[in-house]
Amino acid sequence: MLVLEKNTMTEEIEKLVEKYGNLRSSLLPILQEIQSVHKYIPDFAQQEVARLLNIHPVEVYSVISFYTFLNTKPKGRYLVRLCKTISCDMQGKQAIARAIERELGISFGETTKDNKFTLEYINCLGMCDKGPAMLINNKVYTKLTPEKAIQIINEIQ
Amino acid sequence: MTERSGNGKVIFSEYRRGEAIKKALTMTREEILLEIRESKLKGRGGAGFPTSTKWMLSAAAVADEKYVICNADEGEPGTFKDRLLLMEYPELIFDGMVIAGYTIGAKKGIVYLRGEYEYLKEQLESYLEQMKTDNLLGKAILNNKEFDFDVIIRLGSGAYVCGEETALIESLEGFRGEARNRPPYPVNTGFQGKPTIVNNVETFAAVTHIIMKGSQWFKKYGTDKSTGSKLFSVSGDCDKPGVYELPMGIRISELLKIVGAKNTKAVQVGGASGICLPKSQFERTLAYEDVPSGGSIIIFNESRNMLKVLKNFMEFFVEESCGQCTPCRIGNIKLLEGVNMIESGNYTFKYINQLKELGKTMQLASKCGLGQSSPNPFISILENFSEEIFNNSEER
Ligand code: SF4
Ligand code: FES
Repeated sequence: MLVLEKNTMTEEIEKLVEKYGNLRSSLLPILQEIQSVHKYIPDFAQQEVARLLNIHPVEVYSVISFYTFLNTKPKGRYLVRLCKTISCDMQGKQAIARAIERELGISFGETTKDNKFTLEYINCLGMCDKGPAMLINNKVYTKLTPEKAIQIINEIQ
Repeated sequence: MTERSGNGKVIFSEYRRGEAIKKALTMTREEILLEIRESKLKGRGGAGFPTSTKWMLSAAAVADEKYVICNADEGEPGTFKDRLLLMEYPELIFDGMVIAGYTIGAKKGIVYLRGEYEYLKEQLESYLEQMKTDNLLGKAILNNKEFDFDVIIRLGSGAYVCGEETALIESLEGFRGEARNRPPYPVNTGFQGKPTIVNNVETFAAVTHIIMKGSQWFKKYGTDKSTGSKLFSVSGDCDKPGVYELPMGIRISELLKIVGAKNTKAVQVGGASGICLPKSQFERTLAYEDVPSGGSIIIFNESRNMLKVLKNFMEFFVEESCGQCTPCRIGNIKLLEGVNMIESGNYTFKYINQLKELGKTMQLASKCGLGQSSPNPFISILENFSEEIFNNSEER
């Protein structure tokens, strides 16, 4: 990371600490905001959060590694998360998965070369009556068909 | 939308924002606690603990600060009733939280919203703003100088175990969402070590109606031990999936008729952590005294392969175990291995029976509800569908 980038990141985190307070209980909301801006939580950010909240960086890492929605490695700008739990599975999640994989040319767990899309599975989204369902970043899409799923992805392209 | 909103007699019955708060403020704390005790309301998250007991304990605790937490981390597969309440009936939830704050003497409320529902956050926050404008939230609520109460919304980050109340509190405090040893209980030592009540979204909604319309009215619905109505999230093989409000104690067969389920072979009650019932048990009732649940109903018709269903559930638990205690961390992996062995035809009944025993050990020895309930589908599916599962595997 360049010094300039580091400085901006420090400033960014200082603002977050100001917003949520420097208590340990602010840790999750701060990490969530970093994640939503950068799509991951870089090492340097972890160190800065630890410094400003006065906890050990290992603690920060340990919290990040616990939660599915937080990650320490870069992901694509659009995180496509398809529900794989039972109700969506019965409503044809498999066909959706295959169609998206074919279209993007990657498998689940991978990111496209241009860093635009990452494909992942997720557990029940609370949309079981309208499955198959997926989240793209924070937006939820329901009653998918292979065609509809691809159309949604192409609109983002 | 396939939702059944507005179609029930209790939760979905008529209500106008603020009414119940206004009424509660004319009552003493003891009167409120008595009314809730009279109603025999039990927690709607699935565990079924009497709401009044929880509230009485934290009301009696002496502390400078107390907290009211709304558990909106609904992550049980097949459950989405809270989504409907949060989207369409926020007045029921927040008014219930304000009443809770008044009753136990708390000034702060926190909604722990599951990360998957982040898209609801903005809408809920602007609703809270409206409540402030109407003096239903903030300082001196409805001009009662002694009562300040505020609610904030915090997001989860994709961990099913955080639906367990002590794991939820850990998460709010900025730690990994790992369940705590109990005692001490949150009613005494909860968020930041202060007395805290954690209730499900639907429980708060029920309280609001009980305060407004009285416990006698509430008890008209349901059974003697399971009073009131319950929201059921129905998915799987049926014509009309969605959220239904039905009286407690309804028979499974009746529910299947209402939702248009045909050729039903099995019903999973209570989501992945619940139990799977075969046709012969469809006359059982959905109530705390018979088949309890947090409301998830997943329907399987004749075409479904129950071993695949079980595999899906066990994969879920392997991923969602917090890993803190051995029975759950290792046990779930062993049970999933067992399922895979049956699938490939590489098993002995001796070993499968040992795994069922392991499941029973997990139910007893796991630290929190996740590991205590994760063997439920394993045991119930292998027992109730043994013919299908083992006879088919011989042919493969
Ligand atoms: S039972 Fe499972 S989820 Fe609960 S504390 Fe133990 S390992 Fe964690
Ligand atoms: S099973 Fe896919 S949203 Fe619930």
